[in-house]
Amino acid sequence: MAQGPTPAPPRPGAAAPAPAAPKPAPTPASVAPRGDARRAATARPSGASAGASQGEEMTGAQSIVRSLEEVGAEVVFGIPGGAILPTYDPLMDSQRLRHILVRHEQGGGHAAQGYAHATGKVGVTMATSGPGATNLVTPIADANMDSIPLVAITGQVGASAIGTDAFQEADIVGITLPITKHNFLVTDPDEIPRTIAEAFHIASTGRPGPVLVDIAKSAMQSRTTFSWPQDVQLPGYHPVTKPHSKQIKEAARLLASARRPVLYAGGGVIRADASAELRRLVDLSGAPVVTTLMARGAVPDTHPQNLGMPGMHGTVPAVAALQKADLVVSLGARFDDRVTGALSSFAPHAQVVHADIDPAEIGKNRDVDVPIVGDLKEVISDLLPELEREHEAKGKPDVEAWWRQIDDWRETYPLGYSEPEDGHLAPQYVISRLGELSGPESIYVAGVGQHQMWAAQFIRYEHPRTWLNSGGLGTMGFSVPAAMGAKVGRPDATVWAIDGDGCFQMTNQELATCTINEIPIKVALINNSSLGMVRQWQTLFYDQRYSNTDLHTGHGTARVPDFVKLADAYGCEGIRVESMGEVDAAIKRAMEIDDRPVVVDFNVSRDAMVWPMVAAGVSNDDIQYARGISPAWDRED
Amino acid sequence: MSRHTLSVLVENKPGVLTRVAGLFARRAFNIHSLAVGPTEHEEISRITVVVDVEERPLEQVTKQLNKLVNVIKIVELDAAASVQRELLLVKVRADGANRTGVLEVVNLFRAKVVDVVPDAVTVEATGTADKLNALLGALEPYGVREIVKSGTVAVGRGARSITDRALERVVRSA
Repeated sequence: MAQGPTPAPPRPGAAAPAPAAPKPAPTPASVAPRGDARRAATARPSGASAGASQGEEMTGAQSIVRSLEEVGAEVVFGIPGGAILPTYDPLMDSQRLRHILVRHEQGGGHAAQGYAHATGKVGVTMATSGPGATNLVTPIADANMDSIPLVAITGQVGASAIGTDAFQEADIVGITLPITKHNFLVTDPDEIPRTIAEAFHIASTGRPGPVLVDIAKSAMQSRTTFSWPQDVQLPGYHPVTKPHSKQIKEAARLLASARRPVLYAGGGVIRADASAELRRLVDLSGAPVVTTLMARGAVPDTHPQNLGMPGMHGTVPAVAALQKADLVVSLGARFDDRVTGALSSFAPHAQVVHADIDPAEIGKNRDVDVPIVGDLKEVISDLLPELEREHEAKGKPDVEAWWRQIDDWRETYPLGYSEPEDGHLAPQYVISRLGELSGPESIYVAGVGQHQMWAAQFIRYEHPRTWLNSGGLGTMGFSVPAAMGAKVGRPDATVWAIDGDGCFQMTNQELATCTINEIPIKVALINNSSLGMVRQWQTLFYDQRYSNTDLHTGHGTARVPDFVKLADAYGCEGIRVESMGEVDAAIKRAMEIDDRPVVVDFNVSRDAMVWPMVAAGVSNDDIQYARGISPAWDRED
Repeated sequence: MSRHTLSVLVENKPGVLTRVAGLFARRAFNIHSLAVGPTEHEEISRITVVVDVEERPLEQVTKQLNKLVNVIKIVELDAAASVQRELLLVKVRADGANRTGVLEVVNLFRAKVVDVVPDAVTVEATGTADKLNALLGALEPYGVREIVKSGTVAVGRGARSITDRALERVVRSA
C-alpha cells in the first residue's frame, strides 16, 4: 500500500500542542468567514436598502422584485415560464438583482445552494409553475438535508385556476411540504413583501434551510401597494440561540475530566461560522477533533489534533477514536448513519454532549448526557471560559495515553491507496495533485460517489466554505451547478468542480450557463467510465456482477459522449489526461485559463476503490483499512 | 406503547392541519384520534391529537412539531390532570319491540336521543373513550347501524389556561 499523499501530520507537542504549520498568508480570495452574514441576511436589512418605502403603487410582479432587492438578494438563478413571466419583466430593469439564466431548474437550485454555501448568504432560485417547480424538488430536498439557506420563488397558475388541473399546475407547496423548512402560497399581492421577508428570515436564521414561496400569476398581475421594511409575523418561530449556562458548565466539567475525549464537528460549525471558536476549543481542550463530510475545512487539516473524517469512508484514527472515546462532544453534527455505522455499537463507552441549534436533533439517534440547544458560535464561546475555569480549578486533564494510542493508529493506518493493477491512472493521485497544485484557498465542489469520498479524503482543507458537496441527500449532479453558484458568490476564488462521469452527465448543461455568463469554473472529471461507487459495491457485495454500471466514457470505449468534444461544444476548454505524467501539466494549464470554463477529462482506473470502509449497517469496529484488512483492536485495548 | 394526548396550538392558516398530520405520517407515528377547532382567539386553532407512542419517540415528535413554523405551542395533557371527552353519534335499530330497551340504555349512560324514526333512534353521547365504548357495548345487541365519533378534545383541570401565553406571542408579533 502506497503512502497517501496527505499523511496524518505528526503531532509536535504533547499535552499542550504547538500551533499548526504556518498558515498561508491570506489573499483577497481567501475565505473570510462572514461572521455576520447569517444575521445580515435577515428580514430587516438596513445597509442594503435604498431607504424605507411606504405605500408605493405597483404590480405584484414589481413587488416581488422590489422585495428581493430590499431583503438584500444579489443574485437569482432561474429560468422563466408562463406563470412566472410577469415577474421576469420588471426583473429585466432591476439594477440590484443579477439574474443568471440557467438551462434547467435543478441547475438553478444547486447553483443557489453553491452560492449560499460558499458565501453564507441566502441563495435564491426562481422557476415557473408545474414542471419548473417540480424540477426544483431535488435541490430543495438537498438544501433541507444539508441545512443550506435557500429561497425558491415559483410562479403558480392564477388563483382562480388553482385546483382545476390547469396547464402547468402542480401543488408545489404540497409537494415540498416535507422537504422545506417552511413554505408559502401567496394569492394576495399585498402579502408579497411580508412573505418574502419572512421567507428570508426563516431560511437564514436558526438551523438554515430551504423556504419556497409559491406566488399565483394573478397576484403578480394585480395592483398592490409596496412598503418596506416589513415586520415578520411568526409567533411560532423562535430559534433558541443562547445556550443554557447549566448545561455549558456540565459540558465543561466532562470535557475537563475525560481521559479519552473526542470533539465531533459537523456541518453546523460551518453554518454557524464558528470555525474560529472551534479552533480555540480544540487548542484549549487538547482533545482530538474529527470533521465530518459536511465539516471538512471547519478545522484546518494541518492542525495536529485533526484526525480527519469519521464515518463509512473515514480515516481509521477518526473512526477508532470515536469508538474508543469516553466522551464525545458533538458540535453541529447529527449522528448520521453514515457516521455511526450500526448505531447500537457506536462509541459504546462514551458519554455524549450534543450541541445543536435544532432541538429535534438532540437525542434523535443517540441518547445524550448533556443536551445543549444554541447557536454554536455562542455555545463554544460560552464553553471556552468555563473550560478554562475547570482547568484552573483541577488542572488540565491527562490525555497523554489517549494521544499515544491515537498516534499509533495514525502511524499504522494513514490514508493511502495502492496503484491500480490495470496500469491506468489512480484517481486518488489526480485528486491529491489537484489539491496540492490548486491549494487550500481554492473551493472544491464534489458530486456524489467515489470521487466525492476521495476529494473529502485526499485534499487538505484549511478554511471553512472551501469544501462543498451534497452530504445528506447524496445528489448526483450537484457539482457543476453548485460550483457555478460558488464562483458567482466568490468570483476571485478558483473553483473546481470535482465530478464523476456519471454525475457530470446529469447536469453538465450548466456549462452553457457558465460560458455565456463568464463564470469560469474548472471541472476535474474523474472519469472511470462507470457509476464507480455502485460498481465498488457490486465488486464487494454482489459477486462482481456489474449490472448497469458501465457508462462507456473512458479509455478503450466508444466514449459516448466524448467529454473533450462536449467541452468544446459548450465553449469550454477540454483537456484529456490518460497518464500520470500529464496530470500536473493539465492542472496547471487549467489554472492558467480564466476566460472560460475548463473541463479536464482524467481517464482513471475503474477498479480503484474507496478505503477505508465500514460496510453499510455494520459496526464501526469492523472498519476495513483496505479490502480484507481490519485493524487489530485487541492489541491496543 | 402508551397513549398520549397532545394539545397543539397552531396559527389559524390554510394548510396547517396538513403540515401537522403530514409530519406524523412522515416520521412514522400513528395518530389515534385528531380533533381541530377554533379557540377563544380567532388567530389560533387548537388541535388535540392522541398518539400511541413510547416516551422517547413522543419527545421526538413533540420537538419535530415544534419546528413547524405555524405551531405555536404544544402541551401534553396528562389523563389524570385533564378532562378528556369524545362525542359519539350512533344509529341503533329500535322498533316497537325493543325501543324501551334502547331507551333504558340511553338513560343509564346519561346519553340522549336526538332523532327518532319508526325503526331506529340516533343517540348522542359524550364522555371518555371508555364510557363510550361501554355504551356501544350495551347497544350492540339491539343492532348498531352507523357510528360516528369525534376525536378526543381535552382541557387541563384548574384555572390555568395554556392559550394565555401563546396569545401574547400572537398579539405581540401582529
